Amino acid sequence: MAARGHEFALESVTVNASLIEARALAYGHPGRTLGRDINLDVAEGEVLCVLGPNGGGKTTLFRTLLALLPTHSGNISLRGKALHDCTDTERARMMAYVPQANNTYFAFTVRDVVLMGRTAHLGLFNRPGAKDIAAADVAMNELNITHLADKTITQISGGERQLALIARALAQESPLLIMDEPTASLDFGNQALILHEILRLKASGRSVLFCTHDPDHALQCADRALLLHHGNVLALGVPREVVTAANLRTLYDVEVQLIEDAARGHAFCRPRVRAVEAPPL
Amino acid sequence: MNQRLPTLSLAALALLVVLAFIAFSVGRFSISPSELWTVLWAKLTGNTHTLPSTYDAVIFQIRGPRVIAAIFIGAALAGAGAVYQNMFRNPLVSPDILGVSSGAALGAVLAIFLSLPILAIQGFAFAGGLVAVAMVYFIGNAVRGHDPILALILTGVVVGTLLGSGIAMMKYLADPYNQLPAITFWLLGSLSSITPADLWIASPLVLVGLVPIFLLRWRMNVLSLSDDEARALGVNVARLRIIIVASATLVTAAAVSISGIIGWIGLLIPHAARLLIGPEFARMLPLTLLLGASYLLAVDTLARTMASIEIPPGVLTALIGTPLFLWLLAATNSRSKA
Repeated sequence: MAARGHEFALESVTVNASLIEARALAYGHPGRTLGRDINLDVAEGEVLCVLGPNGGGKTTLFRTLLALLPTHSGNISLRGKALHDCTDTERARMMAYVPQANNTYFAFTVRDVVLMGRTAHLGLFNRPGAKDIAAADVAMNELNITHLADKTITQISGGERQLALIARALAQESPLLIMDEPTASLDFGNQALILHEILRLKASGRSVLFCTHDPDHALQCADRALLLHHGNVLALGVPREVVTAANLRTLYDVEVQLIEDAARGHAFCRPRVRAVEAPPL
Repeated sequence: MNQRLPTLSLAALALLVVLAFIAFSVGRFSISPSELWTVLWAKLTGNTHTLPSTYDAVIFQIRGPRVIAAIFIGAALAGAGAVYQNMFRNPLVSPDILGVSSGAALGAVLAIFLSLPILAIQGFAFAGGLVAVAMVYFIGNAVRGHDPILALILTGVVVGTLLGSGIAMMKYLADPYNQLPAITFWLLGSLSSITPADLWIASPLVLVGLVPIFLLRWRMNVLSLSDDEARALGVNVARLRIIIVASATLVTAAAVSISGIIGWIGLLIPHAARLLIGPEFARMLPLTLLLGASYLLAVDTLARTMASIEIPPGVLTALIGTPLFLWLLAATNSRSKA
């Protein structure tokens, strides 16, 4: 009885500290449910990484959490307030969306793109004022892209574009950043750079919910990992505990060797690439 | 680029003023700048002048309405084009993308076919444009499971083609001696028969449509992002889009109903403005309006002076527009790669 009471108390503490919380969520595209019984929450200052293969429902889940798709059943709440009761502005001030850095923009300058993050802080007919320009400058400075401010978004590299979109999310001043495959289509160095920025965001007290198909990213910078298998939760917990060879086999249908570096306390994944025997001459 | 805006806008404004003076001066009855000034000054101060009354007639009855019409219609079509290009994230769309021109044309052709008076032709054209866009909008929204932008554009193309066949049918049935030339004249577009009365009806409608576009000019930038991004930034995309579509349609329909169809301006001018000042809508809009006004004024002045007969301005905008557009295309490309 005492144990139950303790558990209950712990849970209510979690509820208060959660920025976003989904309970018994079923999600998917209209008319086609992809996953059910999703329970997740992101606490203040936490990095939660969603892992799963391509087409596994990561983006659809994120779009549902962002209220871009309607829920099929269950509840999503932002700091305890039901998501569907929040106005567009309230939502935008609570969570910022960092899309994949594609190149379908008009040739806006990076500063103009970052300024668009201020939309939720501006009246319908307002243009960004001195305060907004200052906020954009702070955001660009935080990501060390001030030198890109007057370049156009179409002429910078993919990694720089991703940083600009993160800066836009920072200018939005929301405590939670939701990033859809921030490392996709980036080269090796830029992937590491984005992971570093995620760690810096956490260090500054922000929360990050991001998805990736690389389990090493979860091991390197997430507090918890959520493994999404055909839309449903396979496991949710500390990366070192849930990113296991067995789980990765289920997720990606590949044999994985987890290599521990005990001296540094690291672990990383190495998929087994089946060797091809030389054909007989 | 920030500091370029006032300079460029002032230059565009100066160009427009110079073009307006030229437009008043040249023609079969030429008026020198000093004569123009004398007449205008007399009108402003309420005094009389010593020049023959022909001057008053030419300036206030013939060229005046035409110059003002060119300014209003050019600005209207260019502004609407910029709005649609921005909203549909596609620099190749023009104000008639949602069928406003084909709707207006069918309305006007129907009115000509029924031998209705001029005012009814304009009314039919205006209503036709609004009805066509409303139809496209509701069908496009009813088509589920597609990108809403793509659904709107495709519906616009399909409905436009349907209306086009309606126009073809009317032309086929029309009286070839009386109605067919009137239909052809209207479809080619012309400013030659515009009266002060037309302007009193059309220009307020153009202004009413431009007000929301002007007020929402910064937010238009956010509308050029993907729907997901715009909504996550806190914009009610569906509501904003219907306001903007309604405004741009009103502007275009009002312009087209008195001038007939004048193509190219809505496609070409926003490109030129974007090349000069960048795509940020709040900076781009004033320049687009000024350049659109200047372009149509220049084209219309050429149309009535370069040959002994009037050349339809729709033909001239295309003749000048095609090479200019191709040049802009090449220039934009090399710039964005630089």
